[in-house]
Amino acid sequence: MALSVREYRARIKSTESMKKITRAMELIAASRIIKAQQRAQAAAPYANELTRAVSALATFSNVDHALTTEPVDPKRAAVLIVTSDRGLAGAYSSNVLKEAERLIEKLKEEGKDVDVYMSGRKGEAYFKFRQRPVVRTWSGFSDQPTYDKAAEMGEVLINAFIADEADGESQDVSPVDEVHVVYTRFRSMLSQEPVAVRMLPLEVVEGTEPPAADDLLPLYEFEPSAEEVLDSLLPRYVVSRVFFALLQSAASELAARQKAMKSATDNADELIKKYTRIANQARQAGITQEISEIVGGVNALADANAGRD
Amino acid sequence: MATDKLLQVELVAADRLVWSGQATMVIARTTEGDVGILPDHSPLLSMVIEGVVDVQTAEGETWVAAVDAGFLSVADNRVSILSERAEMSHEIDLEKARQDLERAKASGEQDDAAQEAVRRAEARVRAVERAS
Repeated sequence: MALSVREYRARIKSTESMKKITRAMELIAASRIIKAQQRAQAAAPYANELTRAVSALATFSNVDHALTTEPVDPKRAAVLIVTSDRGLAGAYSSNVLKEAERLIEKLKEEGKDVDVYMSGRKGEAYFKFRQRPVVRTWSGFSDQPTYDKAAEMGEVLINAFIADEADGESQDVSPVDEVHVVYTRFRSMLSQEPVAVRMLPLEVVEGTEPPAADDLLPLYEFEPSAEEVLDSLLPRYVVSRVFFALLQSAASELAARQKAMKSATDNADELIKKYTRIANQARQAGITQEISEIVGGVNALADANAGRD
Repeated sequence: MATDKLLQVELVAADRLVWSGQATMVIARTTEGDVGILPDHSPLLSMVIEGVVDVQTAEGETWVAAVDAGFLSVADNRVSILSERAEMSHEIDLEKARQDLERAKASGEQDDAAQEAVRRAEARVRAVERAS
C-alpha cells in the first residue's frame, strides 16, 4: 500500500473541486460561444454591403489606390497575429502561433523582414519569452472584440503600409510593404483552423462567382467623386476584415476552450473514479490487516492461556 | 405619392443590423449636403457624414437615427446606409447625449477628432429631439 486512505481522500477532494472549476468554465464557454456566433452573424451585413460597394467601385472606376497597388520590391512585411488573452483553451494559441511561425519563415525566405503585431496576451508572452521584438500589442478583448479595437488595429496597419511612400523610418511607424493576418477560422464547434491571409495590398474580390447577366452591378453615380469615395471606403474595408478576423478568432477561442474544459472535466471524472477505487482498496487492506492482527492476537492469547492450563 | 413602389432600406452598423424594412423616403446627410431618396432613384454611392437619417416607412411612420460617418448606396430601390455606429432615436439616452455634447464642446480642442466628437454628439441629440 503506497499511501494511506486519508491521502487518497484528500486527492479525491481536490480533484473534485478542480472538476467543478473546469465544468463551470466549460459551461461559460458554451454560453459565450453562442453570443460570439451571434456577433459574427450580426457583423455580416456590414461586411457584405461594404464588399458590394467596393466591388461596385472596382468595376466602374480604375481602382488605383495606395492600398491596392503592389509594391515593386517588397522588403518588409507586417504580420498581425490574433491569439487569446487566457490559456486553458487547449492548443488554440499555439496552433495560431505555429501557423504564424510558418508564415514568418516563408516571408523570410522570400527575403522580407518581418514586423510582428500581436493581439492577445498569450502571443505576447510567447514572443517576450523568446525575446523577439513585437512592434505593437493589443490585449484584453480576445473573447469579445469590439469594432473600436478593430478600427484602432486597422488604422495602425494601414498607416504602416502607407508610410513607406511618405518618408521611410519616421516617428513611430515602421513602414511595411505588405500586411498579413494570422487568425483562427471558425468552421464549426468541433473544428477551427488557423489561417494566414494577406490583407494589404488589397485584392479586391468581385464576389466569388461572376455575376449573372441580368445581375449586373448598376451604374453608380459617385458623390463627391469615385476617388474620394474610394479613399474612405478602402480603409473601412480593411478594418471590417480585421474585425471579421477578430470575431472569428473569438468564436474559435471559446469553442477550443469549451472542448478543452470538457475533456478536463472528463479526465477529472476518470481520476476520481480511479482514486476512489484505490482508496477503497487501501481501506479494505487496512481492515484486513486489522482483522488479521486481532485474530493473531486472540490466537496468541488463546495459545498462552492453553499453555498455562 | 403616386407610385406604389417602395424602397428596401437597410441601416447597418459595423456590429449589427440596426433597421431594415420598407420605406417611401430616406433623407440622409452626405458630404455634398442633404439628399432625399425616393423610389426609382438612380444608382448612387455617396459618403455620409455624422448626422441624422430620416426614414418614412411604408406604414407612414417616421423614424430617426443618428449615424456616424459612413456610406449610402442606392441601387434598384435598395438603399443601404453603412455606418460604423448607428443608433435609432429611441435607443439614445437624451440626458446622456446632452452631457456628452456639453463635454465634447467644453473640451475646446480644435483637432479633427474633437470636432468629430462634437458633431457626433450633436447628431444624437438632434435625432432624439426630432423624433419627439
